Amino acid sequence: MISLTINGTPQQLEVAADTPILWVLRDTLQMTGTRFGCGMALCGACTVHLDGNPIRSCATPVSYAAGKHITTIEAMENDAVGQRVQDAWMDEAVAQCGYCQCGQIMSAVALLKSNPKPTDKDITNAMNGNICRCGTYPRIRKAIHRAALYTEVKA
Amino acid sequence: MSTSTTTDPLLLANVSRRGLLKGLGAAGALVLAARWDLAVAAEDEAPKYGADAMPHGWVDNPNVFISIAVDGSVTIINHRAEMGQGIRTSLVMVIADEMGADWSSVKVMQADADEARYGNQNTDGSRSMRHFFEPLRRCGAAARTMLEQAAAQHWQVPVSDCTTTVHQVIHTPSGRALSFGELATTASELPVPERQFLRLKTREQWRYINKQPDQLPPGTTEKAGQPMAIDGRDIVSGKAIYGADVILDNMLFAVIARPPVYGASIQSVDDSAALQVPGVVKVVQLPTASIASAFSPLGGVAVIANSTWAALSGRKALTITWDNSSAGDNAAYDSVAFKAAMEAESLKPGKVVRTQGDIQQALNSADQRFEASYYSPHMAQAPMEPPVAIAHIKDGRVEAWGPVQNPQAARDGLAKRLSLEADNVTVHATLLGGGFGRKAKPDFVFEAADLSQIMDGRPVRVQWSREDDLHHSFFHTVSVDRLEASFNKESEVTGWLHRSLSPSIKSLFGPDSGHMSDIELAMGVRNMPFDIPAIQQETGEAMAHVRIGWFRSVYNIPHAFAIQSFVAELAHKAGKDHRDFLLELLGPDRQIDPRNQNEPWNYREDPIRYPIDTARYRDVIKTATRKANWPGGTRIAARRALGLAVHHSFMSYAAVVMDVEVSEQGEVIIHRVDIAFDCGPQVNPERIRSQLEGACAMGVGIAMMTQITAGDGKVQQDNFHNYLVPRHSQVPKEIHIHAVNDRLDVPIGGAGEPGVPPIAPALCNAIFAATGQRIRTLPIAGQLRTGNS
Ligand code: FES
Ligand code: FES
Repeated sequence: MISLTINGTPQQLEVAADTPILWVLRDTLQMTGTRFGCGMALCGACTVHLDGNPIRSCATPVSYAAGKHITTIEAMENDAVGQRVQDAWMDEAVAQCGYCQCGQIMSAVALLKSNPKPTDKDITNAMNGNICRCGTYPRIRKAIHRAALYTEVKA
Repeated sequence: MSTSTTTDPLLLANVSRRGLLKGLGAAGALVLAARWDLAVAAEDEAPKYGADAMPHGWVDNPNVFISIAVDGSVTIINHRAEMGQGIRTSLVMVIADEMGADWSSVKVMQADADEARYGNQNTDGSRSMRHFFEPLRRCGAAARTMLEQAAAQHWQVPVSDCTTTVHQVIHTPSGRALSFGELATTASELPVPERQFLRLKTREQWRYINKQPDQLPPGTTEKAGQPMAIDGRDIVSGKAIYGADVILDNMLFAVIARPPVYGASIQSVDDSAALQVPGVVKVVQLPTASIASAFSPLGGVAVIANSTWAALSGRKALTITWDNSSAGDNAAYDSVAFKAAMEAESLKPGKVVRTQGDIQQALNSADQRFEASYYSPHMAQAPMEPPVAIAHIKDGRVEAWGPVQNPQAARDGLAKRLSLEADNVTVHATLLGGGFGRKAKPDFVFEAADLSQIMDGRPVRVQWSREDDLHHSFFHTVSVDRLEASFNKESEVTGWLHRSLSPSIKSLFGPDSGHMSDIELAMGVRNMPFDIPAIQQETGEAMAHVRIGWFRSVYNIPHAFAIQSFVAELAHKAGKDHRDFLLELLGPDRQIDPRNQNEPWNYREDPIRYPIDTARYRDVIKTATRKANWPGGTRIAARRALGLAVHHSFMSYAAVVMDVEVSEQGEVIIHRVDIAFDCGPQVNPERIRSQLEGACAMGVGIAMMTQITAGDGKVQQDNFHNYLVPRHSQVPKEIHIHAVNDRLDVPIGGAGEPGVPPIAPALCNAIFAATGQRIRTLPIAGQLRTGNS
């Protein structure tokens, strides 16, 4: 039995300790917003926050999260920075197929929470682990700058 | 109908039409419901070109695509696959605009596989808008007409006095109005008007079609100036449903260990450890597909479990010995050796596929001759969502879900495999997490159905890992293109010999001739437009050793790379400006019938309606170079220069100028990209831009890093650590898209694919201009570090 908190809700999970958080979210809890892209921490599609830090849930065993807080894309609608990032994503029409975008957004939210006004270089560094096969990178960059602006205005 | 006394042609036409259609009337929500005699869908057209030439053609019946509820909400069906190109927005927008619907009251419903009902659904070949813009405009216009007729009936006035504004019909003389919801029931009982009486909106009347985001009417999107995007909110909130997000009760999870060599079979399996893994339910051997396997699954060993992780863990515990004897010489496939073999073959005379003038004479009498050979490797499409499908067999019926580009192929294939009538097969298309051609092959859907059958009909989801995707793709071909040209004393090109070698996609479906098909040669070889006195094009033998399949823009990739690089090399040799030289090669403005170049395919479009138009080539070249300030002016410094390429594919024209710097260490910095694009009228300009940006990113990957190699018959890339695709740091920030010929007097062209081919040659041409180092082998990878610059 593993106890952890997901999007503010305490969970007691009966899963093998080596199960990656990704599959606990997707298969056990049927929270499908966190995507599977590579399973080896190479693409970022599965990015969630563990105690606020972005991690690749496909390569992080659930046992590692025992007693900790996981935040997923499903919580972003109720997160001030998450909302701004989602809005910026809409305004820039970032998504093409959209499959990578939950992971991109989770990385972007983590970036903006630690660095509210990132430079281009900061963005590249924070986002380089998130692949987008559709090639939406220039718009992601613009959307992050835009979200930073929203944050500033609202702050 | 008292209005029948009027001379309104619309009413007369309707009354004379056979088989008046009855709507559902009291059936509530979906009142303009589907009631259509399918035989009348495309009754008068002789199937030949374009959508007419596709299986099941097109349908333009509003009763198939549109329903209006009494509360006024409009539901529009999208029958094409959504894979990032935005078709769920763009096609629906066409109908909504023509019918006069208010976008905020429009919902989209995704069609199941049913081409008999909707027309062709094979979302491939950059065809959706090309083939459905006109039918769906008519569809929307017909619905608008029916709503106006309903209003005329209600008011007992001539229909010519009734006009649709936004989501309502107005009686112009009196100013009275009836909303779409109020008219829905009556309209649904009216016959569909004859096509010749439809009044399509003019360009000035469009509200959504052909509009930039800041031209959209207020209230269309969440916020003014925001582009239209049907699935936008669902995507950013994690609610969008892709293949793996379909969850059925009692569902099992499967992964498959497939033969590493194409055509290999199982010699022995030790599954004892796998069966010990908690959660593993069953391990089962699947039959090997014999070569020329088309869309059949490859076979292998399936591990079925009660979670994805258990299935993956179980598969890891398998010990499998493969038998390569069924794989022929595929087991010896080595991509390095194959490159050398193709290059050797390219030195021999090949099979002539197009000839004009006397190439031997031109080469023999040349003042100068120049030759070069180019190589483009295999690639895997690697959509971010790996293949995945769910199937459930119950009571003699199968229901399947998956991210399929060609839902009807999945449905037909399932019917055949399971010996069922098509009526007992339902295929639901989810969103695709990218397709790029991979998901046009529904092998993964068949795997799910086979496993559901093995599990006595329990729902099974088959999940491909990234390793599966890379090892067992339907790979982009591998190519050697050898070009030779002759110059006269004036440094004009007098002869052009192109020997092109690539394994053919035909090898997937039958005996391998070793030569490209007409389709593959129509992707940049035979339709090469240059005005050169002597031209000869040949193919050489290149046999397939892996499954070869479509990859975004397909054989245009190697052909554009070779030809557009070679032109730049020739310009350099001739001491001429590359752009001027390219325009000179294109010759005078003219419209070429591709058949006159021995090119019969023309993307299956009418060669008269869609000729090869050198003026459109010229326009995109001029626009891209002007926007980039060609030849570079003050932006250009040491080790920084512009590179140009142009290509025509999928009935569209794209020219690219790249502004590139190469550091002393060989690092490539792309400062800016200008893409001039002519696809005729731009239905959703915003989305065309995003497609071109994406094509640019993918093209940069093709140029810089992306390749699949093979050794001992096995693919040597496993995941994104050794299968390299572009990341944030590698994609240019400044990509400028310039629309050319966005006008209605040219027919519509494709948008998803034609941006890809010119990117790699433009980049390599810029690298040459900046450093003097010529790239003839893709990808560039480490060549600039070890190079002679
Ligand atoms: S799925 Fe986790 S990083 Fe790719
Ligand atoms: S939007 Fe398709 S992978 Fe990023």
